[in-house]
Amino acid sequence: MIKSAPLNGDGGMSKLAGRCLIWTALVVFALWFLLPAYVVVGTSLKDLEEIRGGSLLALPHEINLDAWRFAWSEACIGVECTGLEPYFWNSVAMAVPAVLLSTFLGAITGYSLTKWQFRGANIVFALILFGCFVPFQVVILPMAQTLGILRITNTVYGLILVHTVYGLAFTTLFFRNYYVTIPDELVRAATIDGAGFFTIFFRIILPLSPPIIVVSVIWQFTQIWNDFLFGASFTTGGTQPIMVAMNNLVNTTTGVKQYNVDMAAALITAAPTILVYIIAGRYFVRGLTAGSVKG
Amino acid sequence: MARPSAGGSWRLDRLIPQIVVSPGFLAILLFVYGFILWTGYVSMTKSRMLPKYDFAGLIQYERLFQMDRWNVAINNLFVFGVLFILVSIVIGCLLAVLLDQKIRAEGFIRTVYLYPMAISFIITGTAWKWIMNPSLGLETVVRSWGWESFSFGWTVDQDLAVYALVMAAVWQSSGFVMALFLSALRSVDQDIIKAASLDGATPFRIYTRIILPSMRPVFMSAVVILSHLAIKSFDLVVALTGGGPGYASTLPANFMYEMTFRRNEIGVGAASAMVMLATVAAIMVPYLYSELRGQKHD
Repeated sequence: MIKSAPLNGDGGMSKLAGRCLIWTALVVFALWFLLPAYVVVGTSLKDLEEIRGGSLLALPHEINLDAWRFAWSEACIGVECTGLEPYFWNSVAMAVPAVLLSTFLGAITGYSLTKWQFRGANIVFALILFGCFVPFQVVILPMAQTLGILRITNTVYGLILVHTVYGLAFTTLFFRNYYVTIPDELVRAATIDGAGFFTIFFRIILPLSPPIIVVSVIWQFTQIWNDFLFGASFTTGGTQPIMVAMNNLVNTTTGVKQYNVDMAAALITAAPTILVYIIAGRYFVRGLTAGSVKG
Repeated sequence: MARPSAGGSWRLDRLIPQIVVSPGFLAILLFVYGFILWTGYVSMTKSRMLPKYDFAGLIQYERLFQMDRWNVAINNLFVFGVLFILVSIVIGCLLAVLLDQKIRAEGFIRTVYLYPMAISFIITGTAWKWIMNPSLGLETVVRSWGWESFSFGWTVDQDLAVYALVMAAVWQSSGFVMALFLSALRSVDQDIIKAASLDGATPFRIYTRIILPSMRPVFMSAVVILSHLAIKSFDLVVALTGGGPGYASTLPANFMYEMTFRRNEIGVGAASAMVMLATVAAIMVPYLYSELRGQKHD
């Protein structure tokens, strides 16, 4: 941050002009970022007549939640007209175990890699790290076959497995980078006192971990909830996660296009991650930037 | 590093870390690297509707590069990738510098800029598709303001659909770039800046000569992460343009999905996935190599 005046700070007038310029730019960008949210919320509250007759940017005449109710419990997705509700719970049933499993496995793997360096640990870490960046297209075909062999195609269990495995690379990276900052002396002292691998993990390391656990949980939840590729590739019909069901709802082209229902569906589908962002935004940002910025 | 000294049941004690790492590591070895080999092999067979396992050389790659759809996808990836990365970085960087000027409502504004990152590309695509809807969206709004000839039918225009993708993707990701740059800006050595401003350097010069050049590693990170995002882009296309009109806005990830799951061309699908992997690896491997090597010197 620059401590002196923001723009050429020789006089009140030019300083004021500079501040105006900065604020104008900031506000214009804020409007650009908020425009879609405003349009989506606004449209979801209008009825079809109002949508066709009015302007995209006009405020709705009244708060009308019919489209929300319809999207949640009545809209047709494929041939079933159940609304998004069952798919919402599919996503919950998939995300919760996958988040917990991948976070726990990432924690203990990261702990082993940093605090109990063994021969080859760096190679193991490098291979895990590259796993973060592999484009998933290169694994979906074998994965589809493997799920078939394991007889868990088209089930929540299949998706839990997929998300746990492919989330593991990220969670390991998070925990590894966090545990590197915890002094080794702590572990050494405990070892001298006779504490073993697991005792140290559960008594010393885990109690120090809540900040990074929160990051990992938020990151994994957002990734898994927002996933489309795996859901679309490995499930059909009633077992689909909400992201796939929402897309089907919007892109099915039978009958009159109900834009208000589409927008309400989008909001319902996005609500959990937005909520997480509002409640724990700080940790969300930390997750985003973890491992990508050094120093 | 804590190396537990031998003592007690030393043999097992020493193996515990390896044993604990192995389930996760084996899972990644199998589900990532094993599957890469698997896909690689399938890409060299005549697989169509079902995978076949007799070796056939590079015929699928030959077929792949003769397909117009694939060449369109590659072209699109180039246009989309370059624009997406450039514009995201320019906007993200600008936003970070603007927010760095002791803005009172910084926390709130940052929240606004970054919220798209919490939302999936499917939702982003759906929202922008609605805004860019030619008959009801922004086009109608601007025309009602009196600019009768204004047109904004990007998503349904063969030549412009890719730019619609860029626009939505930039909207989604520039807040992330801002967050990267802002945290880097905050860690620039304040003493150098103070010294420079005592010497009479203007804030503009300080930014362009001292601060931004010192952020080269962050530029690198941003380019790498954004290019990885671009190569993986799939959902946004599905939700915003459906790859259309025709296949004018299809990207390699969409091509792969289409071939593998819709058109019974598993071999071509596998070959296209391998090309995508090679592209990612060409960017990631040198980057990760230098990062990991750098860490050891810290």
